[in-house]
Amino acid sequence: MDAEFPAKHYLNDGYGISSWLLTRDHKRIALLYLVAVTFFFFVGGAFAVLIRLDLATPAGDLVSDDIYNQLFTMHGVVMVFFFLIPAIPAILGNFLVPLMIGAKDLAFPKLNLLSWYIYIAGGLMGVYVLLTGGLDTGWTMYAPFSTKYATTRVVPAALAIFVTGFSSILTGLNFIVTIHRMRAPGMTWFKMPLFLWATYATSLINILGTPVIAITSLLIVAERLFNFGFFDPSRGGDPVLFQHLFWFYSHPAVYIMVLPAMGVISELVAAFCRKPVFGYSFVAFSSLGIAVLGFLVWGHHMFVAGQSVYASLVFSMLSFLVAIPSAVKVFNWTATMYKGSVSWQTPMLYAIGFIGLFTIGGLTGLFLAAIGLDVHVTDTYFVIAHFHYIMVGGTIMGYLGGLHYWWPKISGRMYPEGLSKLSAGIIFIGFNLTFFPQFLLGYLGMPRRYHSYPPDFQVLNVLSSAGASILGVGYLLPMAYLAWSLRYGKPAGANPWGASGLEWETTSPPPTENFAVNPNVTESPYNYPSPVVKHVA
Amino acid sequence: MFGIPLFPERASTIANEVDALYFFLIGLSVVMSVLIATLVVSFAIKFRRRHRDAVGAQVHGGMALELAWTIVPFLITLVVFFWGAKIYFVMASPPPETLNIYIVGKQWMWKAQHLTGQREINQLHVPVGRPVKLIMTSEDVIHNFSIPAMRVKADVIPGRFVQIWFEPTRPGTYQIFCAEYCGTQHSRMTGQVEVMEANAYQTWLSGGTAEGSLASTGERLFADLACNTCHRPDSRGRGPVLQNVYSHPVQLHDGTVVTADENYLRESILTPATKVTAGFQPVMPAFQGLISEEQLLALIEYVKSLSTQQENVNR
Repeated sequence: MDAEFPAKHYLNDGYGISSWLLTRDHKRIALLYLVAVTFFFFVGGAFAVLIRLDLATPAGDLVSDDIYNQLFTMHGVVMVFFFLIPAIPAILGNFLVPLMIGAKDLAFPKLNLLSWYIYIAGGLMGVYVLLTGGLDTGWTMYAPFSTKYATTRVVPAALAIFVTGFSSILTGLNFIVTIHRMRAPGMTWFKMPLFLWATYATSLINILGTPVIAITSLLIVAERLFNFGFFDPSRGGDPVLFQHLFWFYSHPAVYIMVLPAMGVISELVAAFCRKPVFGYSFVAFSSLGIAVLGFLVWGHHMFVAGQSVYASLVFSMLSFLVAIPSAVKVFNWTATMYKGSVSWQTPMLYAIGFIGLFTIGGLTGLFLAAIGLDVHVTDTYFVIAHFHYIMVGGTIMGYLGGLHYWWPKISGRMYPEGLSKLSAGIIFIGFNLTFFPQFLLGYLGMPRRYHSYPPDFQVLNVLSSAGASILGVGYLLPMAYLAWSLRYGKPAGANPWGASGLEWETTSPPPTENFAVNPNVTESPYNYPSPVVKHVA
Repeated sequence: MFGIPLFPERASTIANEVDALYFFLIGLSVVMSVLIATLVVSFAIKFRRRHRDAVGAQVHGGMALELAWTIVPFLITLVVFFWGAKIYFVMASPPPETLNIYIVGKQWMWKAQHLTGQREINQLHVPVGRPVKLIMTSEDVIHNFSIPAMRVKADVIPGRFVQIWFEPTRPGTYQIFCAEYCGTQHSRMTGQVEVMEANAYQTWLSGGTAEGSLASTGERLFADLACNTCHRPDSRGRGPVLQNVYSHPVQLHDGTVVTADENYLRESILTPATKVTAGFQPVMPAFQGLISEEQLLALIEYVKSLSTQQENVNR
């Protein structure tokens, strides 16, 4: 029983370049983001490959010290600002927020398109930095190195971050207004899918936190160009002030990156267990709890930065507190599987992978929040391993799981199941081989951002580099078969998973106006069996 | 294991305590990860979809479970918090009698200045069994002085002093890393701590230097810079008497009282107008940019030597 491909949908509603570049359809804008964000993912990934290749030997003999410093800086800047922050909100969020609440579009469709152009403008500035001398300050741009000593393109890089931030702010604003004002009749707050709670919490952080990094970037520019002296001790400034400002945004930014992935995992676990998420309101409020507490823990990046003992104690305590809502989510997802109808399709494999890797990432966060232990492991590869378990093991697993789950909705076609399971396995193995040895390296004391290292550390570094090459293959595969499926995939039908949720009640791909008939919501979000059941698999 | 090192050497008193917390957290992590993994995998197998239209049980939640997995992790993290804080307090509170050594970081080397006058670059000789306090600053960007075998590190920040202390327990050679990114040769800003037996250390010390102790260098500089025309021991000078200033409270112009620690002395030499002692005019010239970091250390050490409440025993 092959599903029908709809005759009219958003993908064939206009051809030609201007129908894309001037579109106000949130679904097409999501695809514009998909193209741009994927480009930056592979740029950032190429830097990672070069880093790991260089670290295969202790001497640091592949590239020069200066080039190596640029590689890890650009890897961080590109991955954080141009991939991790926009990936789930701007691609999946853009596509799904109106569909999930039963709306025709976001509240401000033109603003949405503007966000994309701002992102592209920031991205082009980033590419300009790359092509005209690069950046070697680390993505953290600590003063006074960035403001006084670095000879690379600090000013254009800081301006690129400044500009890109507005894209996040406007998208966040758009989502918040949309979720408040555009919900379909009957779609109360507690009938919203948990992905929307996570997106809402993320948007709050975006509009409250991003202005701080924007201002901080301008302070760097002002200090570099006009010698203001905010951060220069010889002029009465304080270099640690920069760290406070930077982490006041950049710690919440961690949650900008991981909260949307948590939202995706809630959807995946529900859909592939065909069961309501256990403890819906606890999962929903834990997103808001993380968003609020996330603003109060920035000082845990500065336990060895001359911060007062008592400030460190408070930040340590709050950092332990923020672990609780994350743990609550993990327990609820696990409990959701109990007495479920658990499918082993690819998105669920990503969800299970996420739960495992995020658990390790979260637990190793406890090591770092314990101040007396943090002193030893901070600024080492332990930190690198920890946040890659959260960012790569968490966010990217969530992103890829979500992309596979909603791919039939986005493209109208199924991807090849066997190949996608294989690549999910490759990614899981490659990921652990890359990053687990880095915990050990960190405890041994290997500092981060080291181009050369003592020969004792080589075996673990070689393991990590080997893992990275496996991981690279794992990321290239989905890129290839998802592209293949656009033309050759089987038509998916409205609801190939038998999942509940408004997005599955319209055709795949949906029409430009999303729903043929305006939805009227009466059911809770995870009501099974789904009202629309048309299975392919 | 398989020739792969897993733990760094343990060469300080605090290293054992840090490692104990580390092992506890590894145990906790293993228990929690195995618990979650076992549940997820066994649910995935036991409740696997057997029929393509099968749905799960319509269970919505359970308050008792939610409370349990909120409160139990909270209590566990409280334990870890207090444990980590306890170790940190020890790290942040050097014992009263320490061997003090100044460390100056610059792109890309570590300079050590012993009170007895010896200077070293990318090397640090210390005796075993005696608490060592490093008083550190940077000439340029932020660095980080890290000795993994001692389990201590701290950012070395321009414009101020930061301190770390450790008590070496085993003679040997241990790695120093710069752990805060500082530019081109960051990964080459490394060195060695040589922990020596007490008598070997005495021999090393008696190698001596032509210049004499750091405080005596400071005394000469104090005269050369004409500090002594205003800071006189007899309270007739235009500046405050410096005898017994260090580690004592100082009443400032605006009524506040500060303790004259190293950072206060540093600020009062470089930018004296910032904190003027009550009863004095802000007439002292600023030495910011006029003296080197090493000269500043010598002056501070000289001022410290004028204080009867000497915390240093190594002179």
